[in-house]
Amino acid sequence: MPKLTIDGQEIVVENGMTVLQACEQAGVEIPRFCYHERLSVAGNCRMCLVEMERSPKPVASCAMPAGEGMVIRTDTPLVKKARKGVMEFLLINHPLDCPICDQGGECDLQDQAMAYGFDRSRFEENKRAVKEKYMGPLIKTIMTRCIHCTRCVRFATEIAGVEEIGALGRGEHLEISTLEHAVNSELSGNLVDVCPVGALTSRPYAFTARPWELRKTYSVDVLDAVGANIRVDTRGREVMRVLPRLHEDVNEDWLADKSRYACDGLSRQRLDRPYLRRGGKLQEASWDEAFGATRARLDGLSGDKIAALAGDQCDAESMLALKDLMAGLKSPNLDCRQDGAKLDPSQRAGYLFNTGIAGIEEADAILLVATNPRWEAPLINARIRKRFLLGGLKVGAIGVPKDLSYPVAQLGTGPQDLAELAAGKGDFAKILSAAERPMIVLGMAGLTRADGAAVLALARQVAEKFKMVREGWNGFNVLHTAAARVAGLDLGFVPGPGGRDTVGILDGAAKGDIEVLYLLGADEIDMSRLGDKAFVIYQGHHGDAGAHRADVILPGAAYTEKNGTYTNTEGRVQLGRLAAFPPGEAREDWTILRALSEVTGTPLPYDNLGELRQRLVAVNPVFAALDTRTPAAWGAFGAAGKGDAAPFGETVGNYYMTDPISRSSETMAKCSAELGLGPQAQATGTHG
Amino acid sequence: MLQDKDRIFTNLYGLHDWGLKGARQRGVWDGTKKLLELGRDGIVQQIKDSQLRGRGGAGFPAGLKWSFMPKENDGRPHYLVVNADESEPGSCKDREILRNDPHRLLEGCLVAGFAMGAEACYIYIRGEYVLESQRLEAAIEQANEAGLLGKDACGSGWPYHIHVHRGAGAYICGEETALLESMEGKKGQPRLKPPFPAAMGLYGCPTTVTNVETIAVSPEILRRGADWWAALGRPNNTGTKIFSISGHVETPCNVEEVMGIPMRELIEKHAGGVRGGWDNLLAVIPGGSSVPCLPRPTCGSVLMDFDSLREVKSGLGTAAVIVMDKSTDIVAAIANLSHFYMHESCGQCTPCREGTGWMWRVMERLVRGDANIEDIDALLEVTYEVEGHTICALGDAAAWPIQGLIRHFRPEVEKRILDAKKRGQVAAE
Repeated sequence: MPKLTIDGQEIVVENGMTVLQACEQAGVEIPRFCYHERLSVAGNCRMCLVEMERSPKPVASCAMPAGEGMVIRTDTPLVKKARKGVMEFLLINHPLDCPICDQGGECDLQDQAMAYGFDRSRFEENKRAVKEKYMGPLIKTIMTRCIHCTRCVRFATEIAGVEEIGALGRGEHLEISTLEHAVNSELSGNLVDVCPVGALTSRPYAFTARPWELRKTYSVDVLDAVGANIRVDTRGREVMRVLPRLHEDVNEDWLADKSRYACDGLSRQRLDRPYLRRGGKLQEASWDEAFGATRARLDGLSGDKIAALAGDQCDAESMLALKDLMAGLKSPNLDCRQDGAKLDPSQRAGYLFNTGIAGIEEADAILLVATNPRWEAPLINARIRKRFLLGGLKVGAIGVPKDLSYPVAQLGTGPQDLAELAAGKGDFAKILSAAERPMIVLGMAGLTRADGAAVLALARQVAEKFKMVREGWNGFNVLHTAAARVAGLDLGFVPGPGGRDTVGILDGAAKGDIEVLYLLGADEIDMSRLGDKAFVIYQGHHGDAGAHRADVILPGAAYTEKNGTYTNTEGRVQLGRLAAFPPGEAREDWTILRALSEVTGTPLPYDNLGELRQRLVAVNPVFAALDTRTPAAWGAFGAAGKGDAAPFGETVGNYYMTDPISRSSETMAKCSAELGLGPQAQATGTHG
Repeated sequence: MLQDKDRIFTNLYGLHDWGLKGARQRGVWDGTKKLLELGRDGIVQQIKDSQLRGRGGAGFPAGLKWSFMPKENDGRPHYLVVNADESEPGSCKDREILRNDPHRLLEGCLVAGFAMGAEACYIYIRGEYVLESQRLEAAIEQANEAGLLGKDACGSGWPYHIHVHRGAGAYICGEETALLESMEGKKGQPRLKPPFPAAMGLYGCPTTVTNVETIAVSPEILRRGADWWAALGRPNNTGTKIFSISGHVETPCNVEEVMGIPMRELIEKHAGGVRGGWDNLLAVIPGGSSVPCLPRPTCGSVLMDFDSLREVKSGLGTAAVIVMDKSTDIVAAIANLSHFYMHESCGQCTPCREGTGWMWRVMERLVRGDANIEDIDALLEVTYEVEGHTICALGDAAAWPIQGLIRHFRPEVEKRILDAKKRGQVAAE
């Protein structure tokens, strides 16, 4: 614990801290450009120079370890002159095109130039101009603005694990480049965030808004099950952009590309009024007509002929309202697992990412089963990479081999390989036995199979055999892809006694046993399996698969348009907030269900969101603990069985298009065309 | 004046056999085993006592530098890296050692490496030195065959291997940490210090990077004793030094001389004097392109060593004496150096990347006189903004020549501006 003096103030800091961090702790602001607390230290911008006693030259505080007895001064003429000098150098070749720069208003260079810059230029030569570089559909480059801090290079190399950005040339001809390729990473949008100037900006957002005209709403993301904390920036009713919000235990500073860039899908293909199928065609209708048609179909129908499926992006409140509505209609047929995952709702530990996302950093051996975390949860993959970079991590995988940005031992492809491991065979079994904090991550591709319950049981066997569940450590993890899934299971949106699950509902609908099917944002089921007999009510926000099959469409709200509770894959309960109102006649989802319950004569016992949330807590107390992971007790789950010999498939075939919002997004379509199919599928120039 | 008995580089001009046989006749590899028997501490102490200062330019005490290497081996290998990336304009002393006396360097590598506990030595040689690298590799082969290097170097029981690594021609790779980056296969960009190479150098292992000449003289110091070396030259500026004299002299040459020899004596005795006589002298850059130039009055009295030259706000650098007579366009000469530093800046840190280009562009305008008097002060201020604010010393090296120019030749620069303005007026009329 070195003790040092900063501007005459004595301060004790932790071992390993730098002078810059010590200054921050002492409340002394140090300007910086290249320093980023989550990236390695480059020390190249020279903005953070401070004066150190017994050093003839000013030192770069970001790179200087804080030492015992150091005397640092940040307010001397020497330091001021150094900062002014560096600022002047940064600006001489900077275009100063702030009025047309998308970074304007949130630019580090602009802000610091206000504090440390000259008021006029002494540079009379021509400024350097740099050609734009192509970095793909998400990142717009104006490289003349680049100040060569190399944050982007370090982010790509260290965090994203793709060595695709580098600096070419030297001296004043140094240029950041990807060799004219799109950055092949699901985290590339973060490059825009780390860039301190306007060199890398968001391509879809280009020239659309200024930061000071945006309303900022803190919310959570639902495009995967990570529950990344986001800030939704809106202008009027339009979501202009989505940015990450710091949460150390979930997403740190980062956000995955789909979560960030699919927001243009929120204003396309929207269901903005009720529709009713008349004569085989969907026609615009009023709410009364839509409710009337629904009631007409439900009237006198026995509960076992009614079913409900909840989709992947539903908030807990609307799922609970639908559950209560189905209870009122005496139907036991409901399921929130539209992909048919064989998860056991009675054992919470059996469907959670028990280790927690931050817990990955403590693991020393990770077994990935039937999962491609890079596409299913890029931020969790980034955590695994972060852990890998700390050293000493062993990762093994059973499933489709993928480049995950860290070395992975491929152990097999199907359940039989998992069974062998469970029997203690193979080298990786030794690694797991020796590990102090071993983890297993089970993906949906292993659970959505017919033998999913057997795979689940095998995974539990592995966890138990290698003592992954021990005092203070639970290494059993299920990696969800659906943001609504854990909340759905927590609140019991699963078949009641004698009820049908997803497969049963689909079969029943095809056979005519299910006459009315309520789809709450459920678009990922095979609509052709429903047949044409059942009456389908679709409540959701996008004109996707569910709406196309529907007989009645009730327009709901997307995640940015409602206040809702979501539980992420690790069981963390978080609140999403309304950033913009739903379009047209669309309404918040739980209010639609509340209104419908009135029509069907089974009114729900809550009239506002507060009462509904009280009911939510009554159903399962975990919902009361916001931003908390409630640990789950270990128990038996899964069903014994050998499992099929077929290899595990893939849950996410195309990262950029997984749900109604991303499928409606133009940006995601471009990414999908350029990157989504993987480098192998790209044109080679000799592809005929 | 250096006496022949004190001369170390007796084959500086390549008149004799460069190979092992010739080298042995000159006393190289003589009793090397005995030198090693001094032990690690003994060798370092001798070098410290001799007050040998690094010959690469900065003049850091060599013994002190060697003593920074960890005393105990913590499992990581120790490395000695010899910096033979001699690229400083004006400097060509290491070339002669590599070409004509490679065994002297190899013996030094063994002794210095032993003193640091190094198991391997890498010689990073400038890419353009093709003949020199071939000679060096051949000399290593000879030494290996003779058992002077290898598993049991000189019968001392110490395993020692020397490898040659050829650079690709970037000036910045002569900076010690950029050199290490380059050796590791990365882009040659200087590293941040701390950590210093002695703690984390090549591949993260304790490493000392030393100039060719420093290493090459060290066995002779041990053989003849630290006192012999310390008696040459002046206190704290001891021993002999190879001077590379170039420019407007009658006979440009490399010459080994004693430290602290008066500059005028050096030039007149060894280089045949300034072209057209001493009075025709305009300025001298005493230590390679990166140090400030000196005007004639100073040159007449200054001694050629680290401290004397520092007193006149210049430096010994690599002791590459660049002589310019009155036919020289001194502004253009310095502008040429500015272009060199702009071209060779690695571009990593802001002041150097942006400043070198700015300085060169202003210098170009000053050459033409296309400037205002205030531009001179602005330029000088820019040099001070670069100096001392960069990761490595290239920023300083780019700033110093301009500072020297303005310090000593400001009237010349101003005259040019005023002349140009006058010409402009005449043309306008």
